[in-house]
Amino acid sequence: MGAGHAHPLYVHEHSAVHSLAPEAKLAAALAFVLAVAVTPREAVWAFAVDAAALAAVVRLARLPARFVLARLAIVAPFVVFALLIPFVASGDRVEVLGLGLSRAGLWATWNIVAKATLGATTSIVLAGTTEVPRILHGLTRLGVPQPLTMIATFMIRYLELIADQLRRMRTAMIARGYDPRWLWQARPIAAGAGALFVRSYERGERVHAAMLSRGYTGAMPILDERTATAGQWLAAAGPPVIAATAAVAALVTAA
Amino acid sequence: MTHPAVEVCGLRFAYPDGHEALRGVDLRVEHGQRVALLGPNGAGKTTLALHLNGVHTPDAGSVAIGALAVDETNLPEIRRRVGLVFQDADDQLFMPSVRDDVAFGPANLGLGGHELRARITEALGAVGAADLGDRVPHHLSGGERRRVTLATVLAMRPEVLVCDEPTSQLDPAGRRELVAVLRGLAITQVVITHDLPFALELCERAVIISDGRVVADAATPDLLADERLLGAHRLALPYGFDPRVARKGTAP
Ligand SMILES: Nc1ncnc2c1ncn2[C@@H]1O[C@H](COP(=O)(O)OP(=O)(O)OP(=O)(O)O)[C@@H](O)[C@H]1O
Ligand SMILES: [Mg+2]
Repeated sequence: MGAGHAHPLYVHEHSAVHSLAPEAKLAAALAFVLAVAVTPREAVWAFAVDAAALAAVVRLARLPARFVLARLAIVAPFVVFALLIPFVASGDRVEVLGLGLSRAGLWATWNIVAKATLGATTSIVLAGTTEVPRILHGLTRLGVPQPLTMIATFMIRYLELIADQLRRMRTAMIARGYDPRWLWQARPIAAGAGALFVRSYERGERVHAAMLSRGYTGAMPILDERTATAGQWLAAAGPPVIAATAAVAALVTAA
Repeated sequence: MTHPAVEVCGLRFAYPDGHEALRGVDLRVEHGQRVALLGPNGAGKTTLALHLNGVHTPDAGSVAIGALAVDETNLPEIRRRVGLVFQDADDQLFMPSVRDDVAFGPANLGLGGHELRARITEALGAVGAADLGDRVPHHLSGGERRRVTLATVLAMRPEVLVCDEPTSQLDPAGRRELVAVLRGLAITQVVITHDLPFALELCERAVIISDGRVVADAATPDLLADERLLGAHRLALPYGFDPRVARKGTAP
């Protein structure tokens, strides 16, 4: 175990959040994000409640704040886009620092920034506390059809391998004087992608043979039998219940 | 009458594109024997290995493991008895974690819970990889990867172990560890290799396959001492390597 052995988003720690059964974590994360998504944007206090609940989970998971904030950079493009809205949206204007901004646009910005940040943080906590195999186990146990989880399993396993192959092919091309700068020079890359596809296909055949050799009969065996206990479901339900309550309260008071 | 561990009779096989990879192979491996399968590229070694546990079906001839013929009805039991370690470890390790991969075989046999965990521990322990269970296959070193692939097969407690070029991509230390691990396993072994010193170190008997046929079958030291035979089948000992001298140094 230890750093560098799992996916880059995973933080190796021992915490209550880490040890929670993956299906409970997945369901809780999904419910939490849904509750946040339906919260009316004017209910600023409700987002504060959501943020507090999430912060508590981050603390409990012993995820370093810096780690979470650094990973949050992923929402930056959305934020930039959202920041443009008040300038271009129509409707009545408010004066902010001498700029006339659209009131509806400001709310739209807030809506996007708040929800994107909360949603992204939720995924960061999920990924930071759950290794990929366990996420896949969780999906299986939540009733996601096996072909889908199997495709995800193999994609995750072989994606890096295929990316490696692509890099090697590019290096081999460059080593022989190929220097692609313009679109019309892309032909070798396209041919390379074709070769990569064939290789991946043949790999698929060999992997299938390897699976058959170890008794594969068409159904993936169940490998992780530790299903979520009632207590775990209850614990996992905490944050989404808080968020849902806040959302409902906000909806009711807004009506 | 008692059956040998592996019995291949008159095996012929052509790939769908019409290429005849095996042209009548006869091979008998006794219980507990370690046999090296040697031969040039494209000789049909891998193709033969894939017949031993029924991944390919013969066009003619037969394959039996112990008293059991390799055919459609026996496949589950055949696959439990014959552990196949593939040439490319990335083909063999298809699950996202080492533990899941080692569990795959025994779980297919219907094992679960405590029993399954015990099997995983046992198999990883047998190859000195007890601490690799939580690793991602992609990040393992060549030697670790090789040992883990071995564990994925040992977890099924096979009676016959078939390894396809197990020393490719290993550094000298990894190779030495592998010899130690394989020597420690008291099961029948068929080892495909281009690494003649490795064959000499591990296997008492060697078979040369060339162009889809068995062309030589003898005690490994004798076979490797026959330079003309080796040369005729594109095999060559490393420069300066004398099998008769080496044998004395490594006797088990
Ligand atoms: N999937 C396939 N389709 C068609 N022909 C194949 C296929 N796999 C192998 N062959 C051909 O069958 C012959 C035997 O191949 P095989 O892989 O068994 O050789 P090998 O002895 O294992 O060689 P190497 O030492 O290179 O691994 C070769 O001529 C090869 O080109
Ligand atoms: Mg081969």
